[in-house]
Amino acid sequence: MTKPYRLLALVPAVAILGAPWFANRVEPRILGMPFLLGWIVFWVLMTSVVMAIIGALDVRDP
Amino acid sequence: MIISLGILSATLLIALLLSVRGARSAGGTVSLEQWSVGSRGFGTIFVFMLLAGEIYTTFTFLGGSGWAYGRGAPAFYIIGYGAVAYIMSYWLLPAIWKRGTAWKVLSQSEYFTRAYGSPALGNLVAAVSIAALMPYLVLQLKGLGIIVSESSYGAISANDAIWIGTTATVIYVVLSGVKGSAMTAALKDVMVLLCVLGLGIVLPYTLHGGIGPMFARIAAERPDFLTLPARGMSPSWFASTVLLTVLGFYMWPHTFGSVFTARDASVFRRNAALMPLYQLVLLFVFFIGFAALLSVPGLKGADVDLALLRVTRDTFGPWIVGLVGAAGLLTALVPGSLILMSIATTLARIVRPPREGQPADSATFARLLVPLLAAIALFFTFRGGSTLVTLLLMAYSMVTQLFPALFASFFPNARITAGGAIAGIVVGEAAVAVTTLGGVSMASIFPGWSHGVTDINAGFLALVLNVVTMVLVSRL
Repeated sequence: MTKPYRLLALVPAVAILGAPWFANRVEPRILGMPFLLGWIVFWVLMTSVVMAIIGALDVRDP
Repeated sequence: MIISLGILSATLLIALLLSVRGARSAGGTVSLEQWSVGSRGFGTIFVFMLLAGEIYTTFTFLGGSGWAYGRGAPAFYIIGYGAVAYIMSYWLLPAIWKRGTAWKVLSQSEYFTRAYGSPALGNLVAAVSIAALMPYLVLQLKGLGIIVSESSYGAISANDAIWIGTTATVIYVVLSGVKGSAMTAALKDVMVLLCVLGLGIVLPYTLHGGIGPMFARIAAERPDFLTLPARGMSPSWFASTVLLTVLGFYMWPHTFGSVFTARDASVFRRNAALMPLYQLVLLFVFFIGFAALLSVPGLKGADVDLALLRVTRDTFGPWIVGLVGAAGLLTALVPGSLILMSIATTLARIVRPPREGQPADSATFARLLVPLLAAIALFFTFRGGSTLVTLLLMAYSMVTQLFPALFASFFPNARITAGGAIAGIVVGEAAVAVTTLGGVSMASIFPGWSHGVTDINAGFLALVLNVVTMVLVSRL
């Protein structure tokens, strides 16, 4: 965890673990889904993006 | 009915053929290393298929839709924990791989033996892992029975299906080992993707006019169903359960086997970005469960696991039912085969440990163990009653207790001793037994405390006791 960009990984983890406090409601609905589900789905996608970014930076600077 | 039966048998046949091909390409005598970890030569795609192969089990397929159908919003934790676990995998799996490969170990118990220089600890871990894997295997077999009997419209009884499926698994595990599992996992993934994406999109549209209208109807009819309740499966239940499941996620012994198949550590770094996308398949599993809630209402208790198959049978013809059943069949066979292989490898290496200057050829012995282990699992499948869910939850909590000792093994400066690790695991497992079997809950331990505390997953208490014991005994 010495490289600061690796801390990015904490963002989706906190967003998902904190989902019931940040997002425990039905409205507004996201693509038809209840807000809680939409929020979790969004952060799962972001997990993929964040891990790809960290992976790419780690390859450049191992 | 005949069509769906045909598709089911064809799928089983293809799975067997794939394994025979895998066996032939492996050639003549197979070492235990080739059989159980594919000579450590697998790239990103094969490792991805194995790791995904053991994650998408019958539970995901039936249980995921069943949870959405029966409980609503609390089911969303299943999508959440996967993503957090993949974040952790970026650092955890290369660390396990690096040490395991340098030590040339094949199983989780051997990893612990080498990490702490203690065969006693290795044997304890082996005992824990086998005790946890057996109910997990039984669960796969029960799921297999449900899927085949439902999708053959009752033409094949659940018991017959379990016998046939287990026999097929034994044949292909013995023949081709982990390579056969990886090949079948690929076939499984294609079928699961097709079925789940297809049903998850088509069912909400044909039955309810779309995803939006479907959720609007649920929100109108069951106002509390799409958010977490204030008590019970509350926010603190959600967060603590996600966290605990993440810690246990990679503690399954068969996962260690899959990790050791990797060619190099960068395989896991690429998978950490790929796997979360794959996790989203679950979203469509949920859509199927929610679609079933409105159109095949009334399933109660353990029957909620039938939601996916019932709504498919009610809406489509035997072709689709057969395809869904076949995909479900493979979600039982692939994890089942990996579990069998993992137990057999663990036992073989304990009974016949590798010695210096002698080729470690316990492969034949490990393969002979497979039918025996399958027979034991069959016994429990037919004898075990409705306590299966309890057993599965307990199995998960049991393997989670291995996490502190594993984590400490990455930090030699922490001075955790073998004795400390053993004491921690024993105390943790005892606490798991008391809370799951003894019916002791957080509410009974902390009477009068708020729901924010008492809804926390009891597994945490066991984990805290485990860590405290581990550190204290190591300092003695």
